Order: sequence, then C-alpha cells, then structure tokens
Amino acid sequence: MSTTNPATCFDPSWRLRLESLLSAGSGAGADLVEVFMERTDHLGMLAEQDAITSVSPAFGMGAGIRVFRGERDGFVSTNDLSEAGLLSALDQALGMLGLLRSSHASSGFDGLQDLRDFGLSKADWLERCPPLLDATAKLLEGTARLEKHGDHLQARRGSYARDWQEVLVAASDGTFARDIRLHQSLGLNVLAADGDHRAGMGRRYGSSGRPDELRQWDADASAQEVCSSAASMLYADYVEAGQMPAVLANRFGGVIFHEACGHLLETTQVERGTTPFADKVGEQIAHEAVTAIDEGLSDGSFGSLSMDDEGMEPQRTVLIENGVLKRFLSDRAGELRTGHSRTGSGRRQGHSFAAASRMRNTFIAAGPHSPEQLLASVERGLYCKSMGGGSVGPTGQFNFAVEEGYLIEGGQLTKPVKGATLIGEAKEVMPRISMCANDLELAAGFCGSVSGSIFVTVGQPHIKVDSITVGGR
Amino acid sequence: MNESESIQAPSLRGRLEALAQSNGISRWDLGASCSTDTSVQVDRGEAKQMKGAQRSAITVRVWNGDGLVGITSTSDLSEPGLAKALAGARDASAFGNPDDIPAFSPLATAPLAPLEQPIQEPISILTMLETLKGAEAKLLDSHAAIGTVPYNGLAQRSSERIYLNSDGACRQQKLTTASLYLYARAEETGRKPRSAGAVRLAYGAGSLDIEGCIQEAAERTISHLNYRPIETGHYTCVFSPEAFLDLIGAFSSLFNARAIIDGVSLSNQESVGEQLAVPFLSITDNGLNPGNVGASAFDGEGTPTAALALLEAGVIRNFLHSEATARHFGVNPTGHAGMGAKVSVGADWFEIGPTPGSGGGQQGLNQNQHQSPLVVIDSLSALHAGVKASQGSFSLPFDGWLIKDGEKHSIEAATVAGDIRTLLKSLVGFEGAAKVTPDGLCPQVWAEGLSITGEA
Repeated sequence: MSTTNPATCFDPSWRLRLESLLSAGSGAGADLVEVFMERTDHLGMLAEQDAITSVSPAFGMGAGIRVFRGERDGFVSTNDLSEAGLLSALDQALGMLGLLRSSHASSGFDGLQDLRDFGLSKADWLERCPPLLDATAKLLEGTARLEKHGDHLQARRGSYARDWQEVLVAASDGTFARDIRLHQSLGLNVLAADGDHRAGMGRRYGSSGRPDELRQWDADASAQEVCSSAASMLYADYVEAGQMPAVLANRFGGVIFHEACGHLLETTQVERGTTPFADKVGEQIAHEAVTAIDEGLSDGSFGSLSMDDEGMEPQRTVLIENGVLKRFLSDRAGELRTGHSRTGSGRRQGHSFAAASRMRNTFIAAGPHSPEQLLASVERGLYCKSMGGGSVGPTGQFNFAVEEGYLIEGGQLTKPVKGATLIGEAKEVMPRISMCANDLELAAGFCGSVSGSIFVTVGQPHIKVDSITVGGR
Repeated sequence: MNESESIQAPSLRGRLEALAQSNGISRWDLGASCSTDTSVQVDRGEAKQMKGAQRSAITVRVWNGDGLVGITSTSDLSEPGLAKALAGARDASAFGNPDDIPAFSPLATAPLAPLEQPIQEPISILTMLETLKGAEAKLLDSHAAIGTVPYNGLAQRSSERIYLNSDGACRQQKLTTASLYLYARAEETGRKPRSAGAVRLAYGAGSLDIEGCIQEAAERTISHLNYRPIETGHYTCVFSPEAFLDLIGAFSSLFNARAIIDGVSLSNQESVGEQLAVPFLSITDNGLNPGNVGASAFDGEGTPTAALALLEAGVIRNFLHSEATARHFGVNPTGHAGMGAKVSVGADWFEIGPTPGSGGGQQGLNQNQHQSPLVVIDSLSALHAGVKASQGSFSLPFDGWLIKDGEKHSIEAATVAGDIRTLLKSLVGFEGAAKVTPDGLCPQVWAEGLSITGEA
C-alpha cells in the first residue's frame, strides 16, 4: 500500500515526470500511451424530516495509464501518484501487451504540447460553493417545504452532493490538458402513505460549473412539484397493460431516447457488435420528425464539459437529422477500432476506468407542435409525465419505468395510473416517434455503463410515440 | 498483492492514534481496504482490453467533545492524507445527528467464526487472456447462431480489509476471488437477436468452473432462439433461483431495521411475528454459507457475520441490524452494517427454501410435466427502475419461456408485474434442489396469478 505524499495540485511541475513516463512507454514499443490523473473532493449530505442525518466528505486521488498497441490496449489504475507508483503501473500496462521498458530504447515521443489549461479560471470554484453550515441550512429548508406542501407524508428526504474533480491528461501524441469540474446535485424524495395506498416520488436537480447553484435553488418550487406528483399518484390505479400510443413529457422524458437509441450510437456498441445501427449511417432509422443531438456545450448543464477525459474539447454532434442517422459518438479507442472520428465523448467516472464513448447532453430537438396538439391526437393512451430509470440490453431492447403517468382519453388527460413500464426495441420505436412539441427542456441524470457512472443530461420536448408496449397489471 | 502493498494494521493504528491525539480526538474508528485486480476481455479471438488496478481506501469516524459523529473517506493513505481525513471527519462531526448517534458495536471484539477461504496465487494476465479466448471460442462454436460474446470477462482480485477502533478492536481479513462471465448474442436470419449468459465465482482464477459457464451460457442463449410473443394475462410462474433471489434482494427493506426506523419499509417495528408469506417459506441471511465466495467475516462496524433467520414458516422472525438500530430495537447487532455517520444496513447472502417439516407447499412440481400454461422467469432486468421497494410493487422486464401444451418457447419480450406481499402469499411450492448462486441459495419457486405483459 502506498504511503507516498499526494499531489497537492496538478501544476506545471508534472510535465517532466509525465514526459519521462510517456517516453518510457513509447520507447517500449507502445503506439500510444495516455495518463489520466485526478484529485477529487466530494461532499455528500442527507436531510431526513427536519434533521441533518449525514454529512460525508470524501477525498480521492489516482491515475489511470492506458497503453495502445495496434487495436489492443492495456489499462492500469493506481492510487499511488509517486514516480515509482506510476512507473510500476506503466510497466504493468506494457506487460499486458507483451512490451518491456528498456533504458536503452529510443522513443518517437516528441514531448508534450503547451498545457491547455481549462481549469485556470475555475481555481476558486470550490471555495465559492456554500460552506457546510449554509448547505445544511438550505437542505433543511427543502425538507421543511416538503412538509408544507405535502399530505400524508411518511418520509421526507433531501440530498445534496457536491463533486469537485481536477484532472490532468497527458498522452504520447502530445496531448496535455488540465481541467477542473464542479457538479452539484440536489434530490427531494417523499413517501406518501394512507392505509394501503403508497406513493414514492422524487426529483433530481443538477448543474455543472455553477458554484451558486445551491444558494439559488428554489426549494419551494421543487418541493411543490414533488408533493403535487406524490399526491396525484397516492390513490392511482394500476395501469392496464398492453400496446398503446404514449405522449412523453419533456425534460426527463428524454430518458427514452437516451436508453432506446443513444447508447446504440456509441462506438463502444459498434465495437461489441451490439447496435443494430452499425452500418446505417445515411439511412432513415427514425421518423422524419426526429432530430437528435449530443453535445457537451450547454451552459451549466449536468453533462457539459470543457474537455473530455481524453483532453479533447467537446463537439455538438448531430446524431440523427430528420430521421437520418448522421454519426456516432466516438472516443479514442472507438476511432481506432471503428473508424468513426472522435467527438469529444471519451468519458469515465474516474481514474480507475478507461475512457469510453459516452453521452453528454443528449436530446431530441424541438418540433413544430404544441403539447396540446400531441395529446389531442391520441384517442386512448398513456401520458408519461415523469420517468424513472431505465436500461438497454445487448440486443437493443430497452425498458424504463413511468414514475408519474395519466390516461389519455379522447385527447384529454384523465385519471392518474401507476406501475407502468415501457418496453421495446430501438429499431421499432424510433420510427414511431411521430410528433415533437416546441417545448424542449433538459434534465440532469446519471448514466452507468462500461466506464462507470457519469454526469449526463437527457432532454426532449413533449413527444408522441404512436405505439409502445406498456407493462402493467 | 505483495507484502509491501498490504495494510499494516499496527502501523496504521499507531499513526491514527498519534494524529487523533494531536487533534484532541479520543474516540475514533476506522475501516480500510486495499486490493489489486487484474481482468481481461476478448472480442472474437482478440484481446479487447486488459486491466489492472491497485486500490486503497480508508474511512475514519470520530466522536467530538459533544459526542457527535463525523466521517470522512479518502484514497490517500499518506500522512497528510490521513491528517486531512481526520480533520474532515472532525469538521463533519459538528453536523452529527444528536438523535441518532452511532456507537462502537458491543460485538466488535467478539470471536469471529472461522471461514474456509483458501488464498490462491494469482495467474498471469496472459494466461487469463488465453483462458478467456478459449472460453469464447468454445461458446462461439457451440451454435451457428452465436455470432459474438459481447460481454465477457475474466477477473481476479486479492484484497484485504481491516476494522480498528480506539477501544482496541482490530479485525483483519485477506481474501482472493475470481470471476468469469460470458454473455452471448445469437441471431438467425430474419429473426431478432437474442442473448443470455452465465457467471461463475471462485477463490482463484485457476479453480473457476469454466466449462460449466460455457455450457450454461450456450444452453441459455440457444434456448431463446425459438421465441414467440406472449399473450398478456395472468399466469402461474416459475422463478429461477437467480430471479427469485434478485426479487427478494430488491425488497430486502422488508427486513431492514434502518429502513423501518426511517419509515420507508413495508414492515414496522411490530412486524416481528407477522405472517408475511405462505407457511412453508423460510428465508435466512447467512453470509457464512460455504457457497458464498467472498464472504466477509465481519461487517463495517466489526460485528461478526452470523446466520440470521428472517422468515420462518412465513413469519417474520428477525430484522437486519447495525449497532444503532439494534440499540433502538433492544437486540444485538447482527453483522449487517456499513460504516457511516448514518450507518447503512444491508442483506448479505440469502438461503431460501421450504421450512423444515412443512412439506414445502405442493409436492412433485415439475415444469416439464405441467399441463396448463406456465411462464418460466429465468432472469429479471432493470430492478433499479422497476422495483418500488417502499410501495411493494414491481414491474420488470424478464427473459424466460412459456410452456404450453407440452411445448416450450422463449418469450419475445415481456414484463412481470405484481406486489411483493401478494406474491409471497401466492407461492405454490418449490421445484428441484436449492442452487448456489452468487447472491444466495434457492430452488425454483412457483407462484400463481402473476400479471404478464407481452409485446405483440
């Protein structure tokens, strides 16, 4: 176990050590060596009823070293940032590819470029976040507002997380970049109970790069939103199962595209042969009403980045335009193995994961209709106001839970229904998204996949799916 | 993990004691872990990725002058790292909850049950690679329709964890484990792709049941090629051991004292003695079962792991406890705690089956000889999204088969929905011997009247 001194920050003094490391890796015969270093400062906080029940700071540091030779790669992570620790990790990664470091070998490595420092203007972000006392007070305000707005509340919970991450990326192609990331997320959850009737409801709010996010949070409006949904669902009947049209609300309704299609447009899936869209660039894969975008640029959005975890600035990537597949999301390994050029989408939870092609802020673009027009076009169907989580399997089959749903009868919303799960296959559902409204909004979320859990945004306007399978009772 | 990477518990205790003393902290405890991992993935005969990791982590709790608790975690075990963690915990203690203060477990120095966990030497990563390539090739050769094994991995880990506290408790456990998973994708011309997989665990990569994993992954994948849509309706269902264990695990808040105190469990403080399920079902949480590869000898508070009857003859007998919840209920801690300012409680490893002497419900159940339509639920997915533990409801996609008129067909796409309390009272009986899985021990479980939605 390492007992070396930690890095106190990733300053220019790291250049020499990293250049030496990259030179050693290149000299051993690696086509490319990449070092990802991070320091983290996390704060988790929980309020239940009217008390703070947990305050949990956590500090971390570590490095991940990835070595490529041909299309193969070896990846080693370590908490030991000492020179010896990094060299040991490099040796292990080289050894995975049958390579051996030699003091006599010449290296084609030309040195690192000038540091692109995206973190320079963010040095004081952590200090600008609310101190512990203010943060606890704000969170308690949230749970108090739940009490004010809710009925039959058996449990009230507010959670807050502040994640600060400093990263430094250096690679033998000269890449040298540093960034500081700041994410804050807030959650409000209630459990309403009246006899045998129960309804759990939650909402998450999140942003990146906004130290004032917690201070400016409208706790009253959030509490009202959560309590109103819980009240609607408390006495709801179970949804009747079957095939039916569905209208999905904006904001977190975007999880349908994220799960049903977004994951299948990552080169990670192309590499595995698990996407039905691998050879469909230029072809119609969705209804012409659908244009879908992934980007890392929207100011303050949860999935926004100054650079990805491979040191590349993010692009605005149009995935589908009027139903036609335009391109895939690609990282360094994805470009190497599939030929799809990088899009600034190489992302990872932290140093113990190798980067993979992952979504950032992903949304369906606004259309020409009003939400009312979408509802009016449905004689009998399901309105999904709030979505829970979901997943997609290796055959493209997806599923996600409806947290708050209502029946649509004669073009109008009628009674609330619970227990619905939407299932389907991307190839079949994408052509059935036939109408998009004009009210695009984004929502914060977390996405778990091969390179860990990352901050993302999902989004869409209200959309109409002509037919989808609704699992219920 | 070589000796230099091992946690030196006496040294760590000494450093913590000195740092605590200089910070005026007299009461503290600590959990630490370190591990080394290697893993490989392959893709159609080629190495896809080879990974290695060295991890260390420490969680330290301190009690301040007012008796309030603060906590901090860090991956930096250097002297400055420990000092920063201790300072962070002391700062956080100002926000400790005076109404729920954790204490040291009264069992933190009690004797531990001996565990039979042979330490195995790691094999080289290149040997792992060749082993996995061989497994992939055999799986690909097992049926013409199997084109890829998109999810696969062979991994081995050497780990160590300790628990120390300022009252002198010192727990330490070393462990080696290995895992293999193979998840194949098959597709026939003009038909939809299908997939299924298998997993195996062992104390070392050299002792994994690789052939068994290949065979199971192949059989399960091939069995889903012949698929049809299922008509929506209510069916008698047979849960595989894995599926039933997943479902019980997702609703384990029924037995979780922390969830009960927090008001988010379907149980309450008076539920012990309540008839929750049919009178022939028993559930025991037993992390010490020899089938539990990777068993922990003690929990996050140093309490020894032990078998605990949760349900006997369908009646709730005990809850899972930490030190704080046990104190609240007036019982002993059960060895199911994490470590935290607010201590979490979690299930360990379930033993599910018929209550001895009960007959186990209907006898001689055999899905292959059943006449009326029967749905076999092989695996459940999306439990994180489709289970509402505090409400009791579930609506989950599954892979499985419909057995009807003596024929067995894979189900194209479907969900199963219900209420856990209704389900537990709708069990019909068990089929076959209990099977050891990564999550527990369970036979096949029959239940009637479950709602199945098909994709037509």
